[in-house]
Amino acid sequence: MNLFTWGQSPWGQAILQHISWDLFWASLFAGLAFFVAHASYMYLSPHRKRKAEETDAMEAARPELPKQIVRHGGVARLFHWVMAAAMFTLLLTAFLPIVGVKFAWVTWHWSAGLVLAASIVFHIVHASFWLDFRSIWVGPSDLPELKAELLREFGHDVPGPKPGKYPLGNRLYHMAIVFAGLAVVVTGLLMMKRVRTPLFMRDPYMLSDTTWGITYVSHGLAGVALVGLVIAHVYFAIRPEKRWITRSMILGRITRREYLEHHDPDRWVVTR
Amino acid sequence: MAVIRDVMPAFELFQPASIGDAQALLARYGGSAWVLAGGLDSMDWLKDRIKRPQAVVDLSAIAELRGMRSMGDGLEIGAMTTLTEVVTHPMVRERYAILTEAAEAAASPQIRNQGTIGGNISQDTRCWYYRAGWSCYRAGGNICYADTPESINREHAILEADRCVAVNPSDTAPALIALDAQMVVRNGEQERIIPAEDYFVGPSIDITRMTALRPGDLLTAVRIPGTWAGSRFYFEKIRDRNVWDFALVSVASAMVAEGGTIQRMRVVVNGVAARPLRLRAVEDAVTGKPANEATAKAAAELAIAGAQPLKFNAYKVPLMRNLVKRAIRGTEVTA
Repeated sequence: MNLFTWGQSPWGQAILQHISWDLFWASLFAGLAFFVAHASYMYLSPHRKRKAEETDAMEAARPELPKQIVRHGGVARLFHWVMAAAMFTLLLTAFLPIVGVKFAWVTWHWSAGLVLAASIVFHIVHASFWLDFRSIWVGPSDLPELKAELLREFGHDVPGPKPGKYPLGNRLYHMAIVFAGLAVVVTGLLMMKRVRTPLFMRDPYMLSDTTWGITYVSHGLAGVALVGLVIAHVYFAIRPEKRWITRSMILGRITRREYLEHHDPDRWVVTR
Repeated sequence: MAVIRDVMPAFELFQPASIGDAQALLARYGGSAWVLAGGLDSMDWLKDRIKRPQAVVDLSAIAELRGMRSMGDGLEIGAMTTLTEVVTHPMVRERYAILTEAAEAAASPQIRNQGTIGGNISQDTRCWYYRAGWSCYRAGGNICYADTPESINREHAILEADRCVAVNPSDTAPALIALDAQMVVRNGEQERIIPAEDYFVGPSIDITRMTALRPGDLLTAVRIPGTWAGSRFYFEKIRDRNVWDFALVSVASAMVAEGGTIQRMRVVVNGVAARPLRLRAVEDAVTGKPANEATAKAAAELAIAGAQPLKFNAYKVPLMRNLVKRAIRGTEVTA
């Protein structure tokens, strides 16, 4: 399997062109393999479920909390679904032609890319000034939680730290999406200078052949990474034990019981 | 244009005697097989050492692919029928004079003796940046060398450019679309009948191919129905010299008129995009109108809507406009 494809410039020099489309199949396979492996593990291995009485006791101890707790505001949810629509459009328009479904994809692709770019800029501003910016990031202080989460995944009953507003898996996924998403958007915006759009003058010589090659390869690598990441995201969104999170991204709220069961009230403080 | 070398790259040469044998070879070699018809486009690619197929499947020994036969109210032309045979066939001359005109406009007599109808419609673009072997979009790369401020792009596209600005060079293609022809394509046990209009593919759909042919596909015949037989035809090919040259712009049309009023019409132009363009807006606009100067003028303006010339091919816009105008008010093609 080749990782990259190379071409030849008019001066006979070897130039990097883009990634090998084998990598798309590799990412698709990795995403599906993770889905099958994780689903099998969750089905076959014993997992401790919190007894209803334990949660009842937690709820009884915090009667001052509202019955419904806002997890995602309307603006945050709108951003998420706009970004999801743009991402699906981008992936479908990028990879369907490669698997043999031929259609005029370029305009759809860059249009969805602009929607994604605009929604990311909006999200950065919104998260910086209106949300708890730090709550989604991971750092060295999350290592005890990582250890506890891993042990729980392997069936151990660990009393260790619970997450704040976002479970560790959410935050790690967010970080991966930030890197892949920003890479694909920045390189995609550059690549728009190579195609005809009504937005600006086409200039294929804006960058050197080598820099263009690196741009195309970065775009491709980020794109195939997103294939695997999106498969994982959709998989977790439909898993039974995660559906309360998915529901909160649709309706915006979680119940008091879900809040107490899955979150550390000291790390995500909810006030009436 | 790259320097043509004397020695072609090594390949396995197969000369099957039947369509079945040819299909078996194409199935065995898939994308690394090269289908050789008349060889006029192929030899350029092979001698320039740009295309390096593993196997070349020469169709010249397959008798089933040659000749023309009546089919219902129409005609079936084997894909390996030479352009000269098409030009001289009495039924083509009598009922489909536009095809006679178009095939006769191709290249030179010697080339028409060797070149086939299947090869003529399936030939690759003449963009010299692409044919020089550079890694452009059409060659699987990520740039169009013909669409830059410095490019020499006098012969390139003014419509439907999508990253690639190459144009389709076939003379018979627009005539066949005007005649509502169908391409018979076989792959294994499957036979696909593709309308001529859909046989040609633009870069927005597939930037590396000119036609709907996929690896393993074999074009076996072209079928022309009687839909437009004997109607009023117009074909004109504008080129830099009057023989042995590719079209800068060509137009092919078929019209049925009664009492000077256009009942139905097909207009197709080539040399302006990567595929021959059927001008549906023009066809709709002229239907029910008198075939006169005013209709022709209005339709011609409609034809060039959306044209985006490159640095050196703006002349194609008035050229196309005038050809469409002539097709509507023009004289009948008689062989």
